[in-house]
Amino acid sequence: MKISGAKIVVETLIEQGCDTVFGYPGGQVINLFDELYLCRDRIKHVLTAHEQGASHAADGYARATGKVGVVIATSGPGATNLVTGIATAYLDSVPMVAITGNVPCSLLGRDTFQEVDIVGVTMPVTKHNFIVKDVNELADTLRTAFKIAKSGRPGPVLVDIPKDVQASLCEFTPEKQPVIPYPLKFAQEEDLQKAVEIINASERPYIYFGGGVISGKASEEIIALADKIDSPMGCSLMGLSAVPADNPRFLGMQGMHGHYASSVAEDESDLVIALSARFSDRATGDKKRFAKNFRIIHIDIDNAELDKNIPANLSIQGDIKDAVSRLTEMVEVKKHDTWSARIQELREDEARRIESAKSGRELDPFAIVDIVSEYENDCNIVTDVGQHQMWTAQRYPLKKPRTFLTSGGLGTMGFGMGAAIGAYEGTGKRSILFTGDGSFGMNLNELATSVTQGTPLTIVIMNNGVLGMVRQWQTLFFDKHYSNTTLDERKTDFVKLADAFGAKGTRVFTKEELRKAVQDSFAYDGTYIIDCAVDCDEFVLPMLPPGGSIDDIITEIK
Amino acid sequence: MAKQYVIGAIVSNIAGVLSRVSGMFTRRGFNIDSLTVGETESGEFSRITIAFHGDADVKDRIIKQLDKIHDVKAVEVLDSHETVTRELLLIKVKNSPENRQDIMTAVEIFRSKIVDYSPSSLTIELTGEVTKIDAFIELVKPYGIMEMCRTGIVAIERGENCLKA
Repeated sequence: MKISGAKIVVETLIEQGCDTVFGYPGGQVINLFDELYLCRDRIKHVLTAHEQGASHAADGYARATGKVGVVIATSGPGATNLVTGIATAYLDSVPMVAITGNVPCSLLGRDTFQEVDIVGVTMPVTKHNFIVKDVNELADTLRTAFKIAKSGRPGPVLVDIPKDVQASLCEFTPEKQPVIPYPLKFAQEEDLQKAVEIINASERPYIYFGGGVISGKASEEIIALADKIDSPMGCSLMGLSAVPADNPRFLGMQGMHGHYASSVAEDESDLVIALSARFSDRATGDKKRFAKNFRIIHIDIDNAELDKNIPANLSIQGDIKDAVSRLTEMVEVKKHDTWSARIQELREDEARRIESAKSGRELDPFAIVDIVSEYENDCNIVTDVGQHQMWTAQRYPLKKPRTFLTSGGLGTMGFGMGAAIGAYEGTGKRSILFTGDGSFGMNLNELATSVTQGTPLTIVIMNNGVLGMVRQWQTLFFDKHYSNTTLDERKTDFVKLADAFGAKGTRVFTKEELRKAVQDSFAYDGTYIIDCAVDCDEFVLPMLPPGGSIDDIITEIK
Repeated sequence: MAKQYVIGAIVSNIAGVLSRVSGMFTRRGFNIDSLTVGETESGEFSRITIAFHGDADVKDRIIKQLDKIHDVKAVEVLDSHETVTRELLLIKVKNSPENRQDIMTAVEIFRSKIVDYSPSSLTIELTGEVTKIDAFIELVKPYGIMEMCRTGIVAIERGENCLKA
């Protein structure tokens, strides 16, 4: 039986195991939304306030579940509003399929109302993209989009579907099961053998892992390797949650705002074993001064990441779970007493530095993180971007993979609201969003979505009345010229705002008030804003200045 | 050390592929000396030949990034010693009684062809390696080049080695 292109889209999404999509209707996707209406008992559509929110929600859904997130938007502005969300997913390797409507094929290329060449626009920020001009190719193109999105190093794929293709009729036979990813590449035995020799000869190994450990499901394997070779571990921002924060070998995030102990340990090591991490400038600092003392073994599923940012002594392409488990079997059991003692010393040194850098104010950022985590159990921890993000990344005692959702590569302020909503839709678990008054201001319209959806959502605003991260740079590097970073004049009352959207909200100044608010929010089955008064002179420390190295680390600002 | 590399790539013969490939070069800051594209023996695939200058590290990064593009089915650096490279030049030179004979001699020696003749212009077709094309252009420059176009390099490996999807 022939069915419409629009119905083919919905049927293919269901066939691919998609239970929830995020989006916003418009002129060129009316056909598609009609089918979503007719199939509303088989697939849920979450209407957001803005397409950007929908794209972050699909991203949050994917990060929290590991499944492909799906977002739908209309042509033109609907499609361009997705771009930041797609780029966010691209930089953090999140599997996503974005579906956009477009003007009918006969009107393409004529600057028709709400026409944008979204395939051209998104080419640099997608793993691949398609425009489907023949309804006969629609189902298979969508299947290929899912396949590409979840294969190897995951990423977003966009499928642009002109309106007439949605309206055309075509035969459709559903597949029995979702597409399987392209076959993985596995590490070569002789490469692993070389790695073993280097690791066995190392006296001060350091494991640096990234987000690929989460998508590659290799947490246990990495811990086993660290145990066998007696190595400390640190990670990039994207690697957080892969290893429980209380693992005795785990030193935390490294890099620009990473833990002192992990950054110094890396610098003092004689071997860095980089696992599914990409040596971003935020993780390494000045590339010329990086890696002067240690050798590097780099393992990644994406060949293009090997030797891209930092040349390694040994680069191995392959699935991380497989490579690390084979490596662990092959290496010798090691005990590095001097190195372990040095790591312990660094930990103690770090604790002293944190203590000494504390402002002593009632509601300092770490106190906020500590209090929330004290009451939290099994929630999605989501952040926006800025100081609050780094404080959360440094301090939050994350327990298991996929529980920490943050925009790492693109650093997208406004990511959090959508992501928190999407994460709840995917997991059924409460989302806790740590945000700042700057980031929250970017996409707070999504309060409308979380209230409508009844999302259990605790929003912790670290409200310091400034764009704190930029202000911190202005303090340190621009003679305290606080150009356009002071938000005090805004007069936004987040408690009244919560009320206006139909959410709850409270403002807190003390630890006691925060404790009560956190408990109240957890008891409330809806959106709850906790507006925390934070001083504008709280800094994120330590800090490796941009382009600096470990020798330039700042651990105190007085 | 920057040197010239020539890459051959087999890509799907569909709309947008050239943008994907050339866009990657722009985006990642790699410069292209020349890029040619045309259908292969199979209508399903096109072959792109890209020449660029860079060091070995840049060359490796380009190959890896090209390899990641979904529509790129095979990609390889062509070994300059084992590869035939050719470029086609069409060049229009001023025709005048006093220079005509010299130009004709040059055309003959370079084994090129005059493909159009008018009282005021001569259009010449020349095929060869890049250095030969360069030399010919230098030679006829004094007579007055009115217009010219070069195709950029196409390249194919000697012997039975083939680049296949």
